[in-house]
Amino acid sequence: MLKKITIATCTALSISAALTISASASAETITIATVNNGDMITMKELSSDFEAKHPDIDLKWVTLEENILRQRVTTDVATKGGQYDVMTIGTYEVPIWGKQGWLTELDGLGEDYDEEDLLPAIRSGLSINDKLYAAPFYGESSMVMYRTDLLEKAGLEMPTKPSWKFIRQAAKAMTDKEAGVYGICLRGKAGWGENTALITAMSNSFGARWYDENWKPQFNTQEWKDTLQYYVDVMEESGPPGASSNGFNENLALFQTGKCGMWIDATVAGAFVTNKKDSEVADKVGFAMAPDMGLGKRGNWLWAWTLAVPSSSQKSDAAQKFISWATSKEYSALVAKEKGWAAVPPGTRTSLYENPKYMEAAPFAETTLASIESVDPKNPTVKPVPYVGVQFVAIPEFQGIGTAVGQQFSAALAGKMTVEQALSNAQRLVDRAMRKARYPK
Amino acid sequence: MAIQSSNKSKIIYTLLAWSISAAIFFPIFWTLLTSFKTEAEAISASPSLFMFDWTLENYQDVLARSPYFEHFWNSVVISLGSSLIGLLIAIPAAWSMAFVQTKRTKNLLMWMLSTKMLPPVGVLIPIYLLFRDFDLLDTKLGLVIVMTLINLPIMVWMLYTYFREIPNEILEASRMDGASIKAEIFHVLLPIALPGIASTLLLNVILAWNEAFWTLILTAANAAPLTAFIASYSSPEGLFYAKLSAASAMAIAPILILGWFSQKQLVRGLTFGAVK
Repeated sequence: MLKKITIATCTALSISAALTISASASAETITIATVNNGDMITMKELSSDFEAKHPDIDLKWVTLEENILRQRVTTDVATKGGQYDVMTIGTYEVPIWGKQGWLTELDGLGEDYDEEDLLPAIRSGLSINDKLYAAPFYGESSMVMYRTDLLEKAGLEMPTKPSWKFIRQAAKAMTDKEAGVYGICLRGKAGWGENTALITAMSNSFGARWYDENWKPQFNTQEWKDTLQYYVDVMEESGPPGASSNGFNENLALFQTGKCGMWIDATVAGAFVTNKKDSEVADKVGFAMAPDMGLGKRGNWLWAWTLAVPSSSQKSDAAQKFISWATSKEYSALVAKEKGWAAVPPGTRTSLYENPKYMEAAPFAETTLASIESVDPKNPTVKPVPYVGVQFVAIPEFQGIGTAVGQQFSAALAGKMTVEQALSNAQRLVDRAMRKARYPK
Repeated sequence: MAIQSSNKSKIIYTLLAWSISAAIFFPIFWTLLTSFKTEAEAISASPSLFMFDWTLENYQDVLARSPYFEHFWNSVVISLGSSLIGLLIAIPAAWSMAFVQTKRTKNLLMWMLSTKMLPPVGVLIPIYLLFRDFDLLDTKLGLVIVMTLINLPIMVWMLYTYFREIPNEILEASRMDGASIKAEIFHVLLPIALPGIASTLLLNVILAWNEAFWTLILTAANAAPLTAFIASYSSPEGLFYAKLSAASAMAIAPILILGWFSQKQLVRGLTFGAVK
């Protein structure tokens, strides 16, 4: 009897093992490359929901620091390596890669995906000939985050749409260097995604542009001199020491510990500075749109982290199913249920900003939406330009020249050279790079 | 008087050595401390040395979020595998260069070393394409091959230096006794050069363990070692310093422990032949 039971048990176990093996063998595995940002970590945590809904698809994750990820996915997509099925890329890469034929058109997101609900500014930056090549996971612009208590103490009131003149006045009034409080914190670390992003967005509001209609660099213009001079002067007057090495994280740390009166940076920081767990000033923060000079353009940028399928992927259908799940309204509802409304990835869907629960939970939501809607990546400057992009120029050469120009700006901020020298160097190196790449007509 | 002066300089040198060691070790010490802090304490403008709320939360988070042991195993296979295969090639190569020299041996050695002077990114695309075509992307085998080739010049050079210190007469005597080349290498050369071989092996394990260009570029989800594990905790938009420190501590701990226990062999091997 015992022998029979043993045989039966073994047989059952063998059959179930065989079924399990065959089931897992038939499941398709997709590899997702993503960055280590809070919203992506949440996506990874909640991905069991996707796997439960799609038992035929297994997920493998590769999470990396932004610059390493960019280097890795660029190598893979350019050589058609096929290591990844879903890639996290930014609004800078999408138009360039899409035109190169490196991305698959997202035409399999499903009927109930509601593409029309995507914010027009974001959707436009991710489409080529009205076809979507990447789906936005979260979008951001930039805005002014300020300490309400310090501003009140200074006897000032922040307008919803401040001018650069007001920002300088407020920064001066809030600065108390002896107490270690600095009126304004801005990015100073060199890099195309660091200080160049901030100063390029600033320059748009000062009437400057990177190139004229014939791709000739414009750093020798008065508008650029006004932009950089303002940046250096305001930081000298009211900025923290060593600002030329401060990026997003350094300024976030300064703001969260009460060392900054104002911080102009990514709207996504709104959730960090109002998070009581990490921020010492969580209940004393106000938000306003990025400043302007009254020329019709504000100094804010537009960026989105998006999910795209490289054309080298052999599992495009499964990859698009995942993208559809991760960028859907249902995913937002899932995050709200598991982590709260303030944790929902911002800046991608109109419906999120029509949701009173989200608007109540996220005090920065209104300014975020207004900031995103105020930007036009295809018409970013006061004067006409031949390029797309607000805080970057969507050409393959920009990463290199953007960082080189950022180094000049950073040196001017550190006092190693004058504003004139920095701009003259920028003009020379950009001119050389553009002529080498045969852009100027 | 002379003894007093000698003692004084001994104390000064000891203090100097301790100060330099402390300065070198400080970043590792600070990383370890930060790994036990909360994220808020990790970014504090007035950081505390020991008076903070010690927590293991970062280690728990890191272990929950990433498959640490998979990365660890990949690191072990890649570093040990490449070092052992490298030794198999480097020992006969160094033997021939040390004991059967030709007029081009020095040039060959210099050429091998010169390959280390090339920036790795210079050969990124050809190597990536080769890996793609041979299905080696994201495989441990592929990384073992690359690590072996990258570290081979150093292994050959190190072994060559050790072998040169061994008197040729000993090997000649074994040949006179009728030993074959195999017997000469295995029964005479290797036992004498064992400390040098051990230190070469250890150094290459450390180099392969810490390599963070090819291991990041050529792997994805299956063969990623601990370098990729650390890279997954760095973020330019979001403060994860405490978690990053915990991940760093977990990644460097095995190699630090190995280095600690084998420091005598390492120092002996690295200083072999330095003083005559």
